[in-house]
Amino acid sequence: MTVLIRGGLVVGRQAGVADVLVADGQVREVGPSLSARGATVIDAEGCWVGPAFVDIHTHLREPGNEDAETIESGARAGAVGGYGALVAMPNTEPALDSVAAVRFVLEVGRRAVIDIAAAASITVGRRGQDLTAMAELTELGVRLFTDDGAAVRDPAVLRRALAYARPLGVRIAEHAEDPDLVGDGVMNEGVWSGRLGLTGRPAVAELVTVLRDIELARETGGSLHILHVSTASALAAILRARREGVDVTTEVTPHHLTLDESACASFDANVKVNPPLRTAADVAALQQALRDGEIDAVATDHAPHAPETKDQAFDEAPAGVLGLEHAASLTLAALGGPDSDPQRFFDLLSRRPAALAGLRGPRCPQGLGQHGGWVEPGDEAHLVVFNPLRSWVVDRAALQSRARNTPYHGREMTGRAVATIISGHVVARDGEMV
Amino acid sequence: MSTIRGRSLLTLSDLTRADLVEVLDAAESFVEVNRRSVKKVPALRGRVVASLFYEESTRTRLSFETAAKRLSADVLSLAVASSSVKKGESLRDTIATIEALGIDAVVLRHRASGAAEQVARYVPDVRVINAGDGQHQHPSQGLLDAFTVRQVLAERQGARGSETGSELFAGLHVLIVGDIRHSRVARSDIDAYAALGAEIRVVAPPTLLPPGIETWPVKVVDRLDDTLEWADIVSLLRLQHERGTGRFVPSLAEFTATFGLTVERLARVRPGALIMHPGPINRGVELDAAVADAPAAVITRQVANGVPIRMAVLFLTIAGNREDVS
Repeated sequence: MTVLIRGGLVVGRQAGVADVLVADGQVREVGPSLSARGATVIDAEGCWVGPAFVDIHTHLREPGNEDAETIESGARAGAVGGYGALVAMPNTEPALDSVAAVRFVLEVGRRAVIDIAAAASITVGRRGQDLTAMAELTELGVRLFTDDGAAVRDPAVLRRALAYARPLGVRIAEHAEDPDLVGDGVMNEGVWSGRLGLTGRPAVAELVTVLRDIELARETGGSLHILHVSTASALAAILRARREGVDVTTEVTPHHLTLDESACASFDANVKVNPPLRTAADVAALQQALRDGEIDAVATDHAPHAPETKDQAFDEAPAGVLGLEHAASLTLAALGGPDSDPQRFFDLLSRRPAALAGLRGPRCPQGLGQHGGWVEPGDEAHLVVFNPLRSWVVDRAALQSRARNTPYHGREMTGRAVATIISGHVVARDGEMV
Repeated sequence: MSTIRGRSLLTLSDLTRADLVEVLDAAESFVEVNRRSVKKVPALRGRVVASLFYEESTRTRLSFETAAKRLSADVLSLAVASSSVKKGESLRDTIATIEALGIDAVVLRHRASGAAEQVARYVPDVRVINAGDGQHQHPSQGLLDAFTVRQVLAERQGARGSETGSELFAGLHVLIVGDIRHSRVARSDIDAYAALGAEIRVVAPPTLLPPGIETWPVKVVDRLDDTLEWADIVSLLRLQHERGTGRFVPSLAEFTATFGLTVERLARVRPGALIMHPGPINRGVELDAAVADAPAAVITRQVANGVPIRMAVLFLTIAGNREDVS
């Protein structure tokens, strides 16, 4: 298949208007006025052309909860959202805590429309006690280890994991909320939880876990990643530690960048998520850090749930929201809209997450593509054409995901992936699979 | 523009002073109906009210159902304990089932905050009356507390409550004591008293105050003994230790010693002040047994006003047209 992307702003080492010719799964040529006989032509005028997005935090629910999502359906949701690779999170049933379980996901993922990498759990069964076979799992291609869903409660276990992982060159990723402080909380603790009579999860629960984890990373020399940072205070602690030389990275989610705790006043469980939506001041702090380039990645925490499970009282419904299909639009909004810096946009959605997931460079796991590149001749052609001006309305009935739990149903978005190209093939256009 | 007539009653937080006065005035007219030998008016004849209680309740359920019957409505009472709800039927399916039977309103009590909002989304054409949702709101209790205060204070002036509008609340000192954090009654009471113009203080240990209380229209006082003399109304809340909220204080005995209305403290309350409690009372915890029976206590009055206030709520939300009262 030959594809000619015509007239877009190619966001490579420099950004400039050019045509991109793709053939045989590779970027063949980048330059003005290219032509190719028989090529599929994508008119990219006014669009940004860059590396396909990479999500380091996707719950694909397979194995175990295929009524909510499968690897196949999650990959489709990623494709229409502009993604070329997803990292499957390990809180499946059973958990991705063994070579066999990870191999299963990678094998099923090989048939999916985009690349599927896997994170593995830090502890067996995510029970917070015994370490998984981290060296063997690293050999298999795992680059991130996490018990996401909850923090590792026992600091001795986390300390051991950070130390053990260090020579493997893999990162320990934490859902940083102290389980005792969050208790049975269902939303941010604060003005709104008080009014609504819902039990709160305090911001300090995130801060104390982040502080604990940072000190353990500092002491062990291990590599730490804080998943979905949601509060200004925890973010400040992470940035401070980084300046001090601790190897700590972080990500933010599209929903923590665009929604605040007041959304819970609807009592609609589609806005219930962990960590919870925070205050407007927290949202502003996350947005500022995003624009300043202090955040490593936007990660979706795409968390599908079967409709009947979300259709319960707020405190009974499971936590989590969908992300893949509107993450890029929301990231653009958080960066400041269509006039935002396209380099920063692709750094956040593709290049830096690709590096964090090990999907770029010599340590790229076998069987998975090279992502997050510079759109240069010879690169594998995993590309996205993103129109920063395209308006569209989120319709939960039209999602590729098997689940429907988006908090943005009916919301008008600006900016959309108008074409996703994987290994030189156009797999999605304008929100639909090709 | 009224915000109560013909609409669901989910919370008191969005009602204006005029709305509240309208409900209190309607309730007053229903007090008279309840004094007649034939305690029934045809206001809601042919209307169907479903009563759906997912939580145990004696007085709220009985008074709502009695109120509906006195308005001549048909009452569909779903005994949750013996229905298919017990078999795991979802709230949505249960509501769909009773809606299919043709109902005008549903009175809902549920353990989850926000359950009434959720049901209102499911059945937009049915009036939903929140009879207590989790720790969120208990609108009819807030209304009946305000109604009781106005009724008693008006009587002392030899007036009818409706002749006084909201003026008796202007600058009235309302002191709310105890577990504000977990109390739906406190939230509805504070909404009502604040909208009616009262001055409100709350007193509780910090662990029993809701987060964000500094944004509420109340003043927080640390010690009950510092503010007893200030109060015109002392409103005590139930400490729901059966639900584990007792863990928020070291012991019930310590709570009583520091925040309980003991006989000694009662002696320091301003003459004429009213003692209120939404019930059921933990005698010996929030208040001494003798205090509950003291002349200042209007607790049984609160219970008696349950029926007329709920008649007013049902009538205004369902019929919406007060001229129908006869």
